Amino acid sequence: MVDVLPTALIFFAAAALVLVLPRSVRAPVLLIAPVLAAWQVWTIPEGQLVIWSLMGLELELMRVDKLSRIFALIFSLAAFLGNLYAWHVRDPVQQVAALLYAGSAIGAVFAGDLISLFLYWEGTAIASVFLIWARRTEGAYHTGMRYLIVQIASGVILLAGAALYWRETGSLTFEAMTLGSPATWCIFIAFGIKAAFPLLHNWLQDAYPAATVTGTVILSAFTTKLAIYALARGFAGTEILIYIGAIMTLFPIFYAVIENDLRRVLAYSLNNQLGFMVVGIGIGTELALNGTAAHAFSHILYKALLFMSVGAVLFRTGTAKGSELGGLYKTMPLTMIFCVVGAASISAFPLFSGFISKSLILSASAKEHYDYIWAILLFASAGVFHHSGIKIPYFAFFAHDSGLRPKEAPTHMLLAMGLTAFLCIFIGAYPAPLYALLPYDVVYVPYTTTHVITQLQLLLFSALAFTVLMRTQIYPPELRSINLDTDVTYRKFMPGVITLVALGLSRIWQQQTSFWMRKLNLIVGGLYRTHGPEGRMARVWPTGSMVLWIAILLGVTLLVNFFS
Amino acid sequence: MATETSHHVAMTLHDHLPMLQVLIPFIASPLIVLMGARGGLSWLIAFVASLASFIVSIVLLMEVIDGGFISYAIGGWAPPLGIEYRVDAANAFMLFLISGISTIVLPFAYESVKAEISAKHHTLFYSCYLLCFTGLLGVVITGDAFNVFVFLEISSLSTYALIATGAERDKRALTAAYDYLVMGTIGATFFVIGIGFLYMATGTLNMADLAERIADQENNRTIKAAFAFILVGMGLKVAIYPLHLWLPNSYTYAPSAITAFLAATATKAAIYVILRFTFSVFQPSFQFEVYALEFIILPLAVLAMFAASFIAVFQSDLKRMLAYSSIAQIGYMLLGIALLNSTGLTGSIVHLFNHGITKAVLFMGVGALVLRSGSSFYSRIRGMGRVMPITGAAMVVGGLSLIGVPGTAGFISKWELVQATLERGWWPLAFLIAASSLLAVIYVWRFVEVLYLHEPAYGADHREAPLTMLVPIWIMALACIYFGFATEITLGAARTAADGLLAGTTGMLESVTSTEAGH
Repeated sequence: MVDVLPTALIFFAAAALVLVLPRSVRAPVLLIAPVLAAWQVWTIPEGQLVIWSLMGLELELMRVDKLSRIFALIFSLAAFLGNLYAWHVRDPVQQVAALLYAGSAIGAVFAGDLISLFLYWEGTAIASVFLIWARRTEGAYHTGMRYLIVQIASGVILLAGAALYWRETGSLTFEAMTLGSPATWCIFIAFGIKAAFPLLHNWLQDAYPAATVTGTVILSAFTTKLAIYALARGFAGTEILIYIGAIMTLFPIFYAVIENDLRRVLAYSLNNQLGFMVVGIGIGTELALNGTAAHAFSHILYKALLFMSVGAVLFRTGTAKGSELGGLYKTMPLTMIFCVVGAASISAFPLFSGFISKSLILSASAKEHYDYIWAILLFASAGVFHHSGIKIPYFAFFAHDSGLRPKEAPTHMLLAMGLTAFLCIFIGAYPAPLYALLPYDVVYVPYTTTHVITQLQLLLFSALAFTVLMRTQIYPPELRSINLDTDVTYRKFMPGVITLVALGLSRIWQQQTSFWMRKLNLIVGGLYRTHGPEGRMARVWPTGSMVLWIAILLGVTLLVNFFS
Repeated sequence: MATETSHHVAMTLHDHLPMLQVLIPFIASPLIVLMGARGGLSWLIAFVASLASFIVSIVLLMEVIDGGFISYAIGGWAPPLGIEYRVDAANAFMLFLISGISTIVLPFAYESVKAEISAKHHTLFYSCYLLCFTGLLGVVITGDAFNVFVFLEISSLSTYALIATGAERDKRALTAAYDYLVMGTIGATFFVIGIGFLYMATGTLNMADLAERIADQENNRTIKAAFAFILVGMGLKVAIYPLHLWLPNSYTYAPSAITAFLAATATKAAIYVILRFTFSVFQPSFQFEVYALEFIILPLAVLAMFAASFIAVFQSDLKRMLAYSSIAQIGYMLLGIALLNSTGLTGSIVHLFNHGITKAVLFMGVGALVLRSGSSFYSRIRGMGRVMPITGAAMVVGGLSLIGVPGTAGFISKWELVQATLERGWWPLAFLIAASSLLAVIYVWRFVEVLYLHEPAYGADHREAPLTMLVPIWIMALACIYFGFATEITLGAARTAADGLLAGTTGMLESVTSTEAGH
């Protein structure tokens, strides 16, 4: 029964079109596809609309409910904004990859069973890696490889989980699960890898800053939020998620503060924002889940906006390192304004989108009496303001004058940023339309006096702290920014013990692998001697020996037959 | 249908379809020679005959796909005395495969043959080709044991000649054909000895009649010997592992079009004969048969899957590599038969079909590469995927199907086979299937690497293959994908066929009674 076209197919068809169309009309196709998709998602009725049977499996390709609808909508919107931002890109690889990536992400959101979820899950992995490889540098190739391995691993674990789940329950429907059996743990970890849980997060900071200027904007929207959706669907109310989420909000702050590459700072803050959503899922009440969905929605917008503005800087100056930038407000005023809007949104200033979504999660945690969690989230909010709200605009556009005088960003980039900035402010000032989209009906008023004042206090003190640190010259990037390198940072912050253990393990691993590699080489060599073109097995023996074989086989068959 | 088949009644053309299936190419073959038709015309006659035959096979398949069968008495001589053609799901499916492959390979052959064989031989070439085609169809359609041998010889003799025509490119084709002739003749002789034993024990040659008469003779040594001779004799035609030695040379040195055609059909027809004899003539419940399949065929099948794959991995000639991969793939089909359950048989029959179309893509692709670069050695076709992107892409599709990547035809059949092993509870076999597929990944990757990751070879003709080649190649490549998703036709027909076969003689016995009822 196929009454409606699966939304993912719109993107796939557009991707196929892009391949054959001449260069000049490709970019419009890139914009039309997300608009069509958004329109379809908006008008489609709820229910299980497309079921496709393949080899006895029922694949539910379109399960529409409020939760999947809001994610599909924001994904379409993000695809549109990302593609508008990438209007100047003439590289068909990136264009096709962006479409396939967005299509797979939306397909995954609508997938009603674990198998189609898996297919789209891997689809996002494979399509997105091309956005990294599109940089076409040696480093980007290796980064992309690492990224791909992690993403594919997540998919494989998901598949294993799905198989176990099927054995356990006899069903493949993707619905709420309880953590406990190996099956659900596998699925949980698969989601966790994509959601960049602590210790599973490295791929994110590794890969996102390595992608192309436009690729990062698109990357930032889908993969992790898809994982958030999957967690919200499968593991809402799983308590362990609260603690995982709380750690996620905390640890990236420290890295973000000392990181010099602004895109990597944003990647860390992305991780921190995911933490809020994960906490919301862990709490699992209607209010909390609404908070997660709303936060994912607004987060995609302001994170994209930040990546866009830093990307525009990178596009014009060729660098995104805090230590090499500064003073750009003189020549890129619009980009600066948009960046500040994004920064204000992520810091949850009242009247910006972050405020009205983050409040939901904070309120939910307070309401369920997770007081420590509430405190951690509050502290994390301050941290966010610190590294994303102040640091990004400050180092890029103000700080000491770097002497760079780049041109303002290209028009289409400004347009994309302007639209996104508008949405950030619109949602923040008038949250009712967003609240109407949320999975559950809420009566929630974000703009209460206590709320606004608490938030403002927090923000102002955080700003004060930053100023003090800057004035006293102990703010880290000023001191050793140029030498910072992920590996170094990473090792410094990991306890020495782990380093030692890791070293020991790697030594053993190397010994073992070299031992087995030698063995393997011997085996392959042996095989080559026997099976290679000159080998005994591949030799075409003289007719006589063929006849001998047929005689032997006949003899053996006769014997078996006679004595059976 | 069967009950109405009687020579007393005026018969419509439709009733004669089983006969026409074989007769059309059989008559067209001498026609080419008699008319002294030159290149283009002889090709056209061959193509029209093949196409007509293909249409007939589709009609036949549609009639029997839901079970049931058509029995046709040649010349009105009622079986068991007269020769009977019998079409059921199993062989209608084979007829469909063989005539379909032929009809698609022929347009490809036009350019390929022009390039590889001198014009004065074209008439005889197409004539031989049709004879070979007739033989394969006849082997499959007939319900008479001795008639199988006759058609087998028709197809074999013309195959030897066809392989030998490759001598214009490489003289080794002559040795290859000669070797195959010696081996094939021994195989055919074994087969006919087996049939002789059967005749000795039962006094009949009609398969249905045979089945009925040997049903209670399980311990008759003549019957046992007959089975051994038939299995080994036909096993040689199938290229069961140690009896495969004729195959690599034949496939390597034969003209490209012939390789594509033979690889996709000849061994498959032989497997069909084994299926027919093992399950319909002899009883699958016979103890000696179970042992022969489990202790001889099964280990040899697994051996083929690995040994031939290893050889394929190390080859430096694409055509030869594919020939060895065929031997490995035949291992899968035999494995499915040896599992002796419905799923396994279904897997075997579907793999027969899917591997047929997969190999057709690949060998036709090689043919196109040979046309442009003059050789199928890796060193000569290096980087050709870049200058022949359409051919190259089709070959990648074929390669994926050969590995059994989900979304391609090859996956469906391997999946079915894995399920069959699990049904029997033979876990290690499932792992072996997966492991040997990994070997396929290696050898497929090797040629993909050769085609794409090198600068185009110096001295080759850097043009895309002509349209007459691209269309057949892509029809097959799309079929590989199509049958990876739409499994109703392949799996459906194969399941009906497998159930019919596993039912043993019951299907056969019915026919005898029904024919008698018709009189």
